[in-house]
Amino acid sequence: MRAWMCLAMTLFLAGASQAASTEADFKTALAAAEAAEQEAGALKNQWIPTEQALAAAKKAAAAGDFDAAVAQAKEAEALAKASIAQAKEQQTAWKAGVIR
Amino acid sequence: MKTFRAIASVVVTIAALAIAGARPATAADSIDPDADFKAFRDYFTKRFPNVPLNDFVNGPYSMDAELRKQWQAIDDFPPYDFAIDRGKQMFATPFKNGKTYGDCFPDNGVGIRQNYPYFDLQSGEVITLELALNRCRETNGEEPYSYVKDEMASLTAYMAFTSRGKPFDIKIPNDPRALAAYQKGEEYFYTRRGQLNFSCASCHVQNPGNHIRTEVLAPALGIVAAMPIYRSEWNSMGTMSRRLVTCNSQVRGVPLKPQDELYRDVEYYLSYMSNGLPVSGPGARP
Repeated sequence: MRAWMCLAMTLFLAGASQAASTEADFKTALAAAEAAEQEAGALKNQWIPTEQALAAAKKAAAAGDFDAAVAQAKEAEALAKASIAQAKEQQTAWKAGVIR
Repeated sequence: MKTFRAIASVVVTIAALAIAGARPATAADSIDPDADFKAFRDYFTKRFPNVPLNDFVNGPYSMDAELRKQWQAIDDFPPYDFAIDRGKQMFATPFKNGKTYGDCFPDNGVGIRQNYPYFDLQSGEVITLELALNRCRETNGEEPYSYVKDEMASLTAYMAFTSRGKPFDIKIPNDPRALAAYQKGEEYFYTRRGQLNFSCASCHVQNPGNHIRTEVLAPALGIVAAMPIYRSEWNSMGTMSRRLVTCNSQVRGVPLKPQDELYRDVEYYLSYMSNGLPVSGPGARP
């Protein structure tokens, strides 16, 4: 019984520590997302969903919901990185579609 | 043995040259607008052998008989008429300094739409009609208009109307900067972008005549000829800038600023591909 109680407590604490994002976590995640989006901008290939995720992250942070804010910022970073990969791949791939 | 090696070397060299020769030339290997033009035109005319060449300027109506009937009915009272009237009035109204738009253009701005965009050797950039109109305003001490609709759409509607039927005559001067602008436009046209991973060509080269939701996709050949257009979807007039911005948004890409250098380059490329086709603007689209 004691062992079960211990395990339950451990799992609870582990869950609690994962869920509780802080403002500092958000700032770190936002900085990474914005850096990636800036790079996508330099390639003239930003995506609308990235901008929406960034806006949602800031809105959640302003409301004090840092879990949601971090999740949205990470989503924005992933989208921005996908748009960068697309732009870099298309730097040569566009030629395949040209009518010849 | 020595002879065998020599023969083998020659065979390998010939094979390598044959492979290199067989490889299709890519656009980036050399910039050849004339070859591009011919290939572009051949592609559309062979794919749609029943569409008369000049009818490509009618976009989706050249692809779909039912849609064409609706358009012909609508065209009894064209929804862009008010824009032509407004543009004509604006065109004739002097600026505060007494000059008019006509003073900024050859032939007083009448019947010249088919020559835009052009590559300006002095500034080294593509000048679209929209850009030229706003530069005219600024030169004469007036505030520039929005590039996407309203006044700009009215002015370009009037200028297109005075040029109806005139064949596009876009020139690429023998200048590396002009060729570079042309190629950047071509690259933009074929580059996939946005979360949906579409290029302009995905719709207007690979799928003209097919539907995206309820819309019939227009062929890229002659796609600039009807600009500006009244779109029922917009419930208003829109310029070439508006069309490009909307296309980017529809594939979930953040649009560039209207009249961004790349937008002007792609308009230059597409207009060159339309050479010889008649100006049909202003147009009406679903």
